[in-house]
Amino acid sequence: VSGVRSAEQEQFAAALHDLLTDGAPADNGGPGGAPGNGSALADGSAPGAARRWAAGDPEPGLALWRRLAGLGVTALAVPERCGGLGASPLDLVVACEELGHHALPGPVAESLAAVPRLLAALTDDTGLRDSGARDRGRRDRGSCDRALCDEWLRGLATGDLIATLARPPQLPYAADGDVAGLMLLVEGDVVRIATPGTRHRSVDPARSLSGARGGQVVARGPAVARAAGRALNLGTLASAAQLLGAGRALLEAGVRHARQRTQFGQPIGAFQAVRHRLADVAIALDFARPLLDAAAATLADDHGAGQHGAGQHGAGQHGAGQHGAGQHGADHGASADRDVSAAKVACADAAYLAARVALQVHGAIGYTQEHDVSLWLMKVRALVPAWGTQAEHRARVMAALTTHEAAPWS
Amino acid sequence: VTLDPGEDSRQFRAEVRDWLAAHGPAGPLPSVDTAEGFARHRAWESELAAAGLAVVSWPAAYGGRDASLLDWLVFEEEYHAAAAPARVGQNGLFLLAPTLFAHGTAEQRDRLLPRMARADDVWAQAWSEPDAGSDLAAIRSRAVRADGGWLLSGQKTWSSRAAFADRAFGLFRSDPGAERHRGLTYLLFDLHADGVTVRPVRQLGGDTGFAEIFLDGVFVPDADVVGAPGDGWRIAMSTASHERGLSLRSPGRFSAAAARLVGLWQRAGDPADTGLRDRVADAWIGARAYRLHTYATAARLAGGGTLGAESSLGKVFWSELDIALHETALDLLGPRAELLDGPDADGRWLGDYLFSLAGPIYAGTNEVQRNVIADRVLGLPR
Repeated sequence: VSGVRSAEQEQFAAALHDLLTDGAPADNGGPGGAPGNGSALADGSAPGAARRWAAGDPEPGLALWRRLAGLGVTALAVPERCGGLGASPLDLVVACEELGHHALPGPVAESLAAVPRLLAALTDDTGLRDSGARDRGRRDRGSCDRALCDEWLRGLATGDLIATLARPPQLPYAADGDVAGLMLLVEGDVVRIATPGTRHRSVDPARSLSGARGGQVVARGPAVARAAGRALNLGTLASAAQLLGAGRALLEAGVRHARQRTQFGQPIGAFQAVRHRLADVAIALDFARPLLDAAAATLADDHGAGQHGAGQHGAGQHGAGQHGAGQHGADHGASADRDVSAAKVACADAAYLAARVALQVHGAIGYTQEHDVSLWLMKVRALVPAWGTQAEHRARVMAALTTHEAAPWS
Repeated sequence: VTLDPGEDSRQFRAEVRDWLAAHGPAGPLPSVDTAEGFARHRAWESELAAAGLAVVSWPAAYGGRDASLLDWLVFEEEYHAAAAPARVGQNGLFLLAPTLFAHGTAEQRDRLLPRMARADDVWAQAWSEPDAGSDLAAIRSRAVRADGGWLLSGQKTWSSRAAFADRAFGLFRSDPGAERHRGLTYLLFDLHADGVTVRPVRQLGGDTGFAEIFLDGVFVPDADVVGAPGDGWRIAMSTASHERGLSLRSPGRFSAAAARLVGLWQRAGDPADTGLRDRVADAWIGARAYRLHTYATAARLAGGGTLGAESSLGKVFWSELDIALHETALDLLGPRAELLDGPDADGRWLGDYLFSLAGPIYAGTNEVQRNVIADRVLGLPR
């Protein structure tokens, strides 16, 4: 019914927290630290790396990505047969929340979630002919270059490859194409290797967006759209987790500032107008997380259905009493869409509230690029409409609740 | 990571669902806050009790069936999904009973709980006073030592169900020299005893859902003191935590209302009105968040955890969700939303909306809850 994180998952998050805080001075403005006016961040911390990234030097950030790969973060969504961990979506959510908590730069939701999910779904799908093999059979069932996909999956697992993707209309640009070794373009039922077009700056200075110019076909066929829907769902879930983590960091920063900043002879955190706004942020974040974890659990079921076939899954997990055997697969897709969208709506709303309140609590110093809270403020602003707007996600929730038709992303 | 309710729980859910389908009233009962409605709700409670469904989470010795917290949530979901009657005994069942289990004597439990379960006694709460609302420690009503008991004097107000209830529980100042939360005693008294005057108060919806209680030398025997004299504040706060937390507001109410709201949208919504559609989506998402959150909390409590200040997070969340959900329904109904009667009236939405408006006020105002969160969850300075 409800996703509940295990002790191992909490330990995993704590390990990531330590890694991403490493090298930061005690008074850095990031999570767990004291407030800093201006930036005194070490490059080894994620926020410090984000500043260097924004200044045109991604190397400290890429070094963090390599260290994260050492902990298995880049292998979570990669199947075991390609050297990955085949981890659960909840494991991925736990990791991405912590990466958002530390404002890690780079194409997190793309490279850790959506691209490996896409490639895994394409290569798992026995309906697609292997275009790399010699058999050039019927065109109608579609094809996929399995060897190429597997090679990329192995690279993603080790962290040697960072990938990004564009998938209009939800993702019209590819994020952080300048650090990605692989850019994919998904249009309709075709996946292509893409080359970066014009690079555009994002409101988040530690993020860029590139147009994607499609080239060589990797996969095509009806199964591609289904695989892309699953990939988009997992990427959306990862971005929701990043947003929740960023919201937590913003609440922590606001609370820290409210404790220390004195006006009218007392800490501003003693004023009810300030206390109550921060309390509202705590409430919004606390009630967004269960939706995030539940969506991860639903995707785990959905993933299973995709791998093993709906009939087998339906019989094993739920029994005939709860789900009609015939409609089970379709139901699952709809509940995956519904739950992922509900999580994105709640996490984005909560993170944005956290951003607004953190800025207000900080006052003018929060309105500066030199203060570290700006890193999270701008990352939240960039991620809220990415991976589908709030309106699209609310529409998807309602579509799933009111019809049994396939939702637009499926 | 998935909480499987288990086969026993599924059977229990089916039993509750089937019983409610077979025995539940065909239509809504008259308002519980009218004389006729109160009597009908009391009769319904005794039917529930006879079926062993009135107090499922209580020990069997007192009429319950030792259901786990999770199964209690299951019961509540089925109860609300069936649109079964309001629980007239709610104050006793969800506020006093947990206090008696934690602080009462065996004699008190034996004497009071079975009658409460059957609604032979319906209890009202008597916390607030004219000068003690959010600042409950400002209580001035007194308990003066008498032979074999105490004499109560003073005024209580906003006492839910007191217009028609049998008995009440509340806090009284037993040590006139002590201030604030010291020197208070938790006492039970009979609303029909000599010296008690009950003045029903009409609420926004027009029914007498609460009342003022005037006490003039009302005798209470020592047997009806809960806990030690002078220890009332601590005991009452454990009750307040129940009121704010899991017990009073199970997610069943919101899940059922959100499902009905989606149905209303499908029947009456204009598909082009995406603003209203988004609000329906948000209501459903909020109800689901509250349900998931509550189940996770129940699982944590079942694992030995305790319910602390985080219950204040939930109180603000559900009370605001409840209003937003019902506002959305009224906006969907459009100009007929204001109708109290006639063929176009939908009294359920309007009545539930009016009820929801009280949510941010009772059980500790949302402003008090936000202060609790600021102090105890966020560690902000006072």
